[in-house]
Amino acid sequence: MTREEIFEGLNEVFQDVFDDETIVVEENTTAEDIEDWDSLEHINLIVAVERHFGMKFSMGEVTGMKNVGAMADLIAERV
Amino acid sequence: MKELEYPFDSQWILKKKKSIRRELIAGRSDFLKKKIAVLGGSTTHDILLILDLFLLNQGIQAEFYESEYNQYYQDAMFPNPKLEAFAPDFIYLYTTNRNITAYPAANASQQETEDLLDGEYQRFEAMWERLKDQYHCPMIQNNFEFPSYRLLGNQDAVYRQGRVSFLNRLNERFAAYARSHEGFYLLDLQYISARCGLDAWQDPFYWYMYKYALAVPFIPELSFEISKIIKSALGRNKKGLVLDLDNTLWGGVVGDEGPENLAIGQETPAGQAYTEFQQYLKELKNSGILLNVNSKNDMENALAGLKHPDAPLKPEDFILIKANWSPKDENFREIAQELNLLPESLVFLDDNPAEQALVKEQLPEVSVPKLQKPEEAIQLLDRSGFFETTGLSQDDLKRHEMYRENMQRSRQQAAFSNYEDFLRSLNMEAEIQSFIPIYLARIAQLTNKSNQFNLTTRRYTQDEITRIARDSRYLTLYGKLTDRFGDNGVVSVVIGRKEEEILHLELWIMSCRVLKRQMEDAMLDTLVERSRALGIRKLRGYYYPTAKNAMVKDFYSLQGFGKIAENEQGDTVWELSLTDFWEKKNQVIKVVEGT
Repeated sequence: MTREEIFEGLNEVFQDVFDDETIVVEENTTAEDIEDWDSLEHINLIVAVERHFGMKFSMGEVTGMKNVGAMADLIAERV
Repeated sequence: MKELEYPFDSQWILKKKKSIRRELIAGRSDFLKKKIAVLGGSTTHDILLILDLFLLNQGIQAEFYESEYNQYYQDAMFPNPKLEAFAPDFIYLYTTNRNITAYPAANASQQETEDLLDGEYQRFEAMWERLKDQYHCPMIQNNFEFPSYRLLGNQDAVYRQGRVSFLNRLNERFAAYARSHEGFYLLDLQYISARCGLDAWQDPFYWYMYKYALAVPFIPELSFEISKIIKSALGRNKKGLVLDLDNTLWGGVVGDEGPENLAIGQETPAGQAYTEFQQYLKELKNSGILLNVNSKNDMENALAGLKHPDAPLKPEDFILIKANWSPKDENFREIAQELNLLPESLVFLDDNPAEQALVKEQLPEVSVPKLQKPEEAIQLLDRSGFFETTGLSQDDLKRHEMYRENMQRSRQQAAFSNYEDFLRSLNMEAEIQSFIPIYLARIAQLTNKSNQFNLTTRRYTQDEITRIARDSRYLTLYGKLTDRFGDNGVVSVVIGRKEEEILHLELWIMSCRVLKRQMEDAMLDTLVERSRALGIRKLRGYYYPTAKNAMVKDFYSLQGFGKIAENEQGDTVWELSLTDFWEKKNQVIKVVEGT
């Protein structure tokens, strides 16, 4: 899976979870950039990303994720 | 919305919850509004959001109170102005085995173990009692899921200090409390978590990361279960099934293959599956669910199949059997009409996707489970919770008989040329009097499920009904009707509020199964008589139109009331003066005056 494809997938998931079709995420996107992205929505985001890409993050990985780029790195390692 | 019916895609629901909500809200406006307080011992955020969706799908719009994280005990035990002002209609106490205060140590003595068990139980019982005293509303409490590990291995279920044994015994005490307390409903978390898979359910990732005591992907399973109890307690259960025959109740086509060649009975795997499904349906029937047939067949063939010696279901287990060549949606409508039920009170079960689609298309409000394989039929119906029980009333258990008696009455009616003669032949006797304790549950249930013959569509909880029954400002009446075919139970309720010389009729409802029996006349006669005895000079009636109560639009007019007001929404106000001589309207029912 190319990085572009991963980001396409991530955009789809973000748009669904935050119910906003205009969201486009980038390497350095963080929770600061998306209004509804609080800690409780974060869990839904993680679950939806896991489902979309058919993989699971570990606790350490979720805690250490700095931005969307880091999330994409982890996905790239697994799929 | 079919995406919210079992079997649903939990993760899709979680992801799409915002857009699902928009769609549910956009579709309708006649929601029943209820306030629900969730007091949790762990994170509850998405449990509420998803519960909201399942309730909306049942026509219930919830407003929520959510306790702060793990504040269930404080909220339950101590004064809480915010919760008091909220005045919940339901309280859900969501605790899990993460909230057990102390488990016995592996070397604990029997006495220590029993003391811990008592202590834990009493902590909960104290919360239930205080919540009941303070908020007077129905309560839902789940029992405990199995522990995630077993220090004593298999013997954890044997030794009293084992966690499995401890939780099992605690669960039994929760159940015992639920058995003896009305308005207290147990949610069987132990079963739900086991069904979904305990290891996945208790995935510790979600606890350590977010303090969710269940894996987030299972939240819809829990929320769905809560919604089943709430809608059932509000009288929104389905009342019956409309069943196809060929390849639904047995394998094969009876008209082509002959009854002797059908897959039913113990001879083949498919036959066993259909037989077990029929047994399941028969059990449903025994608990008051109305079974009906809607089949493309000649009647003769349909009956031949139903009389198969190995088939558990017999023709007399059904209220109505429609076996003909009409479109199934038409048959479905007729069945609903003949039973005096709304189509949405019945569930359509048919193996044929084209028939499923037709009924769904023509009657969008009807639930049409996606039946595919006979071996999945029981699970499909069972998990859907159409008939979730929150108290088996005597009426529920007798419902099948009551409807069959009704069908006999209809056949009788055909034999009389004069309708009044027919009514007289029924030897009807009505008990009409003020609310009495044994009927309060049934009265509350009726106020929540009557949609058609309902002038104001006000809903009441059992606690509200209890309070009104004791309040001297109210004149209440219930009507119970018996005839020579059987007892119809409590079928009509009127609530009037006195204001000097006027009685405001806040509620007037009647079950549609006794329409056109002059029961409403009998109720009015008694209402007039009792009102006069209290010095009331005017009855004031109100009609508020809904999507379902058009049948009583002219009710007050037909009863001789005069219209005194009407607004642009079609709400009307009516008045009947009690100063003139009152000629009894009911001529056919013998009314037994209350005690």
